[in-house]
This record gives sequence, structure tokens and C-alpha cells, in this order.
Amino acid sequence: MKADIVIVGGGPAGLAAAISAAKEDKSLDILILERDNELGGILNQCIHNGFGLHTFNEELTGPEYAARFEEQLDGLGIRYMLGTMVLDVSSGSVTAINSKEGVFKVNCGAVVLCMGCRERPRGALNIPGLRPAGVFTAGTAQRLVNIEGYMPGREVVILGSGDIGLIMARRMTLEGAKVKCVCELMPYSGGLKRNIVQCLDDFNIPLLLSHTVIDIKGKERVTSVVIAEVDERSKPIPGTEQEIACDTLLLSCGLIPENELSRSAGVEINPSTNGPVVNESFETSIPGVFACGNVLHVHDLVDYVSEESGRAGRSAARFVKNKATAEGPVIKIRNGNGVRYTVPSFVRVNELSDDLVIRFRSGNVYKDSYIKVLFDGETKLSRRKPIITPGEMEQVILKKEDLANTPSEILIEIAER
Amino acid sequence: MEKRELTCINCPMGCRITVTMEGDDILSVEGNTCKRGFLYACNEVKSPVRTVTTTIKVTGGLSDRVSCKTKEAVPKDKIFEVMEVINKASCKAPVAIGDVLIEDCAGTGILVVATKAVGSV
Repeated sequence: MKADIVIVGGGPAGLAAAISAAKEDKSLDILILERDNELGGILNQCIHNGFGLHTFNEELTGPEYAARFEEQLDGLGIRYMLGTMVLDVSSGSVTAINSKEGVFKVNCGAVVLCMGCRERPRGALNIPGLRPAGVFTAGTAQRLVNIEGYMPGREVVILGSGDIGLIMARRMTLEGAKVKCVCELMPYSGGLKRNIVQCLDDFNIPLLLSHTVIDIKGKERVTSVVIAEVDERSKPIPGTEQEIACDTLLLSCGLIPENELSRSAGVEINPSTNGPVVNESFETSIPGVFACGNVLHVHDLVDYVSEESGRAGRSAARFVKNKATAEGPVIKIRNGNGVRYTVPSFVRVNELSDDLVIRFRSGNVYKDSYIKVLFDGETKLSRRKPIITPGEMEQVILKKEDLANTPSEILIEIAER
Repeated sequence: MEKRELTCINCPMGCRITVTMEGDDILSVEGNTCKRGFLYACNEVKSPVRTVTTTIKVTGGLSDRVSCKTKEAVPKDKIFEVMEVINKASCKAPVAIGDVLIEDCAGTGILVVATKAVGSV
């Protein structure tokens, strides 16, 4: 089999990358490989609204947002295969399997990695206690409720205040469950402030910061969990234990980009994001292999995933056309005080087709601080922000002209007042 | 004079809005970055509303549930009544995005519409 560009994954990132690549060059043959039996990825189970305000200037639900992209595929001649699992990726080919074709290889000019991310499961959290039924990741519960129409429990404790956990606190409450509390290990929430307001405050669900689950009880099914307050080193404080009766524990403790394919292909991974190291074109350390969306770094806004993936798709289309790797100056982007990582990691100035968007997350909560951009040690931009939290992705946009003098290094940092 | 601090829920920017009130009169709205934020703040201090998103049972479809939403936001204190009506309802496949599944949900005068397409078996 042959294609100009193979897109691994048909969720929001894959759809946007495919569409932009096709619009960049209509003659390209683009193939999306999707392991689920429908396109749209995780958007299918995100039935809540709030998607698309940046992209479509209206408030859509997840399935509606996905449909806006899916309906463009046919007109652009983009092919897709469902129920198809990619097994291996290299710079010139992708190996996949499905029940019709068996194992097959697609030779291609470029690959765009759009595999998304997965939830951190119980096994990765080190929660002591028994192993009864009734412990779910928030996303699994979301699928059960919203797609299968099945309630996973009636009395719920949620560990972790990531957005999916908050959304599920509201969803379970609407469906008649009693959500007793949301415990968050950190002294701040990992989710968006708006979700704390509309998912917890609206329903009087307590958010217990600096709290964690220290024991799970129940033989066949969860009967209760024990929670406790933790100190600055995340150690439970003796005497603060409370036993809460419940039949269900939902986990919303972070998302991890799903990079098994990238790793086995030999793509360099950034330990801070668990996603590939990329340049301004979203190209990984392997020429012709691009990455975008949650497989690159976890986003809180699908609109940003679509925008970023559009850039990646256009870059892949240009790569197939031009082949040549860019020559010329390379600017390194470094993360300074308070900044956990940046995407991209470096910029090839000659390859920059428009403004440079640098996205990053902070490592802590900062109030009334400044986001600073330094070119070779000199402050180029300083923007005041009333609040910066690890739960909300930040960005700075640099104009192409700003980079004309080609600094050798751009540093992004947070300066406290 | 009373000051109320709100977080706008219209988009993920989550603007922090301060509404200054004198009794029932809104004197000023500050901190919003768009018109939606202004409207949200005015509604929120007087009669808060929320869009309800959930699922409805489907018969004869490729899936058993279809996602849906109230076409406009409903009064916050009506959310559970709206849920009760939706949970008792069902619809027949095929369903297209935007199809009206319930008219005048729980006496709010607001439609419930499908947010996903479901093909028939």
C-alpha cells in the first residue's frame, strides 16, 4: 500500500493534521489509520460543551466539534481506515493490522503521530489497600456513562482534580450519584478554574486540596476509602484520616502521552512532557516524522490541539513536496524559572512560515507575575499575568520579524514581583 | 455596595470577573475580555443558567445512546427536573446532529437537540 502522508490516529489531532495537509496540497494522498470503530477519538465521549469557541466562535460539545472536521474529509479526498492498529512506524513506512487486510505496510513520504494520551491508572499511583471492583479512571467512567449508558456506581469519591475528574463529578451527580468529595494531592487544582466553578461549586461538591487516598476497603466491591491530609512532601499527616463510605473511586491523576510507537521508532522524547522533542514545524528527531496534539504534550483545550495539528499537517505536506532539510540558523528555546517545558524545543528560522507560537506550562502557582521572553539574556517581552497555574497551558507568540536578528537562544521564564 | 467575584465559565480562559452591585442594580462589570463574559456575569448575579449536556436512549440504532444538549441554557435550579425528563425520554434512529429530541423540556420552553449522529441498524 502507498500514501503520501500517513496519519496515526483519527482523533482531533489526526483530523486537523489531515485536513490542513490536504488543503496545503490538494494532490497529496492522505491516509488516516484509526484503531477505534469511528473517527473523533476521545471527543466522542466528551459530551459536555465548551469546545470550539476559538476555532468556530461557538460553543460546541465534543461530538459536534469532531463532526465539523469529519464532514470535511470526503470533499478533500482524505482516506481513512477504522479498526486499524498501527504496529510500527519508521521514516518511510507504517506497519498496521486490521481484521480485513491482516498485517500490512504502507510506504509513505511523511508520518504524523497523533496517538493522543492515556490516563494514569491505579497501578501507576501506588495507592495502598485491597483490589476490589469499583476503582475506575475518570475517562473509563466517562465512556461507560456517556457511550455505553451504564452507571459505574452510586456513591463516589474522586482522587485527582484533573479536568476529566471534575467533569465526571458533575456528570455522575446529574445521573443521580452522590459525589462525596474530590481529593487533590497538590495544594492547587490540576483542572481549569471554570470546571471547578461549574462542576463542583454548582453542586456543592467539596474539593479537598492537599488530600489523598491512603487506603481502599472492600473485598468484592469498594465499601469505603480512607483519605488524609498531606504535608508539603506529600506525606499523609497522622491524625487527619477520615473514612468515607462509597462504592466507587474515580481516578483523575494526570495524562501521559502515548508514545510506545514513537519510542520504538527511535524518536527523541522530552522527559518533561513525555512527548517527542520537536522543532517549529512539529517535526521529531526523525526527518519526515511529525507529532502533534496530546501525544506531543497534554493540552487542556482541543482548540489549541486543532491549531497546532494544522501546523503539523501543513509541515508534513511541505516536507513531502520539498524533501530537503532546511539549512541555516537554529535557535534553541530553553525553559527558565518556573517553566516546566516548552513546545517547540528549537526553531529553524528559515523554515518559519508565520508567527512562532511557544506553548508551555508552569511548575507551580504564581500570582501577579510576569511571563518573560529573553533573547540571549536580554528581555524581549514581559507580560503581566494575574495568575499562572500548572493546570492551564500558557503561550507566547513571537512575530517572524522579531526573530530576524536570530538570537542563538530564547529563554522563557516566570518572574515574580 | 457589594462586590462579587466570579469565574466566567463560557470558555476555558476562565476570566476572573468582578461585579459591583447596589442592591439588585449592577453598577459595573470588570475583568471580562469579551461580550459573552459580560452577559455571563449579569446573568450569574441575577438568575444563573447552565446548558445541560447528557444522553438519551435510542432504539433501532447502531448505538444505544445519543448525546444531546439543551439548545439554550436552562435556569440552574431546573437542572435536575430537565435531567429527569430527558432520562425518561427515548428516540428512534436515525438521528442527525441538531435533531430536536424533546420540545419544551420540563416547562422551560427550551429544546433538547442531538449532538451526535446515530445511524439505524
